[in-house]
Amino acid sequence: MIEIKDVTKRYGETVVLDGVSLTIAPGGVTSVIGANDAGKSTLLSVVSRLVPADGGTVTVDGMDVATTPGDRLARRLAVLRQDNHLSVRLTVRELVAFGRFPHSGGRLTAADRDLVEEAIDHFELGDLADRHLDQPSGGQWQRAHVAMVLCQDTDYVLLDEPLNNLDMRHSAQMMRRLRRMADDYGKTVVMVVHDVNFASCHSDTIVAMKDGSVVAQGTTVEMMTPEVLNAVYDLDIDVHEIGGHRIGVYFS
Amino acid sequence: MTPSPPSPAPAPVSPASPATARTSPPAAPRGLSPAQTAARHRERRVLAVLALLAVAAVAGFCLIGLTGDWEYALGLRTRKIATMIVVGTAVACSSVLFQTVTGNRVLTPGVMGFDQLFVLIQTLIVFLFGALTLSSADPRLLFAGQVAAMVLFAGALYRLLFGRGGRDLYVLVLAGVVFGTLFGSLSSLASRLINPNDFVVLQDSLFAGFNQVDPDLLALSALLVAAAAVWTARLAPRLDVVALGRDHALNLGVHHARVVNRVLVVVAVLVSVSTALVGPVTFLGLLVASLARQLTGTFRHGTVLPAAALLAVTVLVGGQLVLERVFTMDTALSVIINFAGGVYFIALLIRESRR
Repeated sequence: MIEIKDVTKRYGETVVLDGVSLTIAPGGVTSVIGANDAGKSTLLSVVSRLVPADGGTVTVDGMDVATTPGDRLARRLAVLRQDNHLSVRLTVRELVAFGRFPHSGGRLTAADRDLVEEAIDHFELGDLADRHLDQPSGGQWQRAHVAMVLCQDTDYVLLDEPLNNLDMRHSAQMMRRLRRMADDYGKTVVMVVHDVNFASCHSDTIVAMKDGSVVAQGTTVEMMTPEVLNAVYDLDIDVHEIGGHRIGVYFS
Repeated sequence: MTPSPPSPAPAPVSPASPATARTSPPAAPRGLSPAQTAARHRERRVLAVLALLAVAAVAGFCLIGLTGDWEYALGLRTRKIATMIVVGTAVACSSVLFQTVTGNRVLTPGVMGFDQLFVLIQTLIVFLFGALTLSSADPRLLFAGQVAAMVLFAGALYRLLFGRGGRDLYVLVLAGVVFGTLFGSLSSLASRLINPNDFVVLQDSLFAGFNQVDPDLLALSALLVAAAAVWTARLAPRLDVVALGRDHALNLGVHHARVVNRVLVVVAVLVSVSTALVGPVTFLGLLVASLARQLTGTFRHGTVLPAAALLAVTVLVGGQLVLERVFTMDTALSVIINFAGGVYFIALLIRESRR
């Protein structure tokens, strides 16, 4: 369980997180939605100890993320941020293999390698696995990064915009993969998603943020209503039921 | 799951979670992929060739043109060689480490004016205390004081330049040039203000060159560099992770800030050693760090660090050999290194700007 209590974060005068309290139950897929600058990414970064909070506490299964040793946390919680510029030149396989570092400390065992290969195959990266990618396409790089984080094989997986740069096919594939991690392996997936419809189709719980606060939280059915979405996005969104999923229409 | 000790030794694989058990088929143990094996072989071949080159340069330097009282000459040359090995290793390691923690492949302590900072510290100490007091002090103690000041000020300089992260490369290069020039001008100002006798003492220590190095200082430096090399080797797997950047490093459980701080202390010590022994060799580090990465084709510190050190030794010893025996000149190696390195630096900058 992830427990967020009264977390605040300021950058200078700007309050990015304003006393956020939130509990994310173990298991399932939780999507965090909201407009730009609502504080979604910052919240994810604070929960994953990439950014220290100015106030409040975050615990993951009772471990305070601010004080728990990093290597211990790294075996329980994995995070991928949005901007992943790398200054080193490495192959896809090398990058994915880093996901095993918290477990093997840089020396991969046979079991580690199996996990790496499995992730590479799943994300259809086999053809480029051994190539040095100096200027890879955004989609390939994004898939490689997610593959790395999944290789970490942690109970909690936090992803900021995992669909960044992905085309439709790879987006759907990514979502199915995340869904399967929750359903088959009992992982807890928390992700920031821009597209409400991906959130609607693939998550169990949706958390809506606005201006640094959580404004609504509930099941997909509870959250995917014109009223809630309007309040979150300040935008008229029609919600239709298509193929058993609630789809928001906001293109007109 | 239990926390493993922060050692780079192969930690036991954490107890497999259910997912691990299910996702990994009970197949035969998997080794490296063919491409990986080929890459490792290449790395090893490159290291072997570099080692051979370094040994050849050292042997050539020791033996070519050895006439007269060969025992005396050999002793003299051995000391020169030892100096170059210590300096080469120090410059190579400090540059690779600095590039890792700053997350770029263009900047080095030399480019950022760290060696000029050390010269300034040396000058200011003479300026403040006078050469007389200093000449009566133990040179090793004096050196320790200089290194301590260097660690302090280099740390402050790093905070100033890289503090909030995400600086533009060109701003950093510019800042490095400005700071380097500033420290250089301040040293020359201070050396004009001190009295002539003090200045002679200072000049002796500043422009030591490879020819007249204090044996005590050399031994201490060798010890420091060896200690730094051992420490770095042990840290290598975690340095690989740090090279991915702060976020990835934290996610993978490496205490990024702690590693960076320790690396900076080691870098400051290494820069002090090389500058104290032979003065600033600004572009050598950049040259060997980049070449080492290109030749070995990897970023892993376990390979890049020894490759860079071997390259540095080859360049220094081989360059000195060619200069002394072929062109029969005696001094200008650093000029040539800085010329070649400077051209390379500009090429790197242009390449980066196109990315």
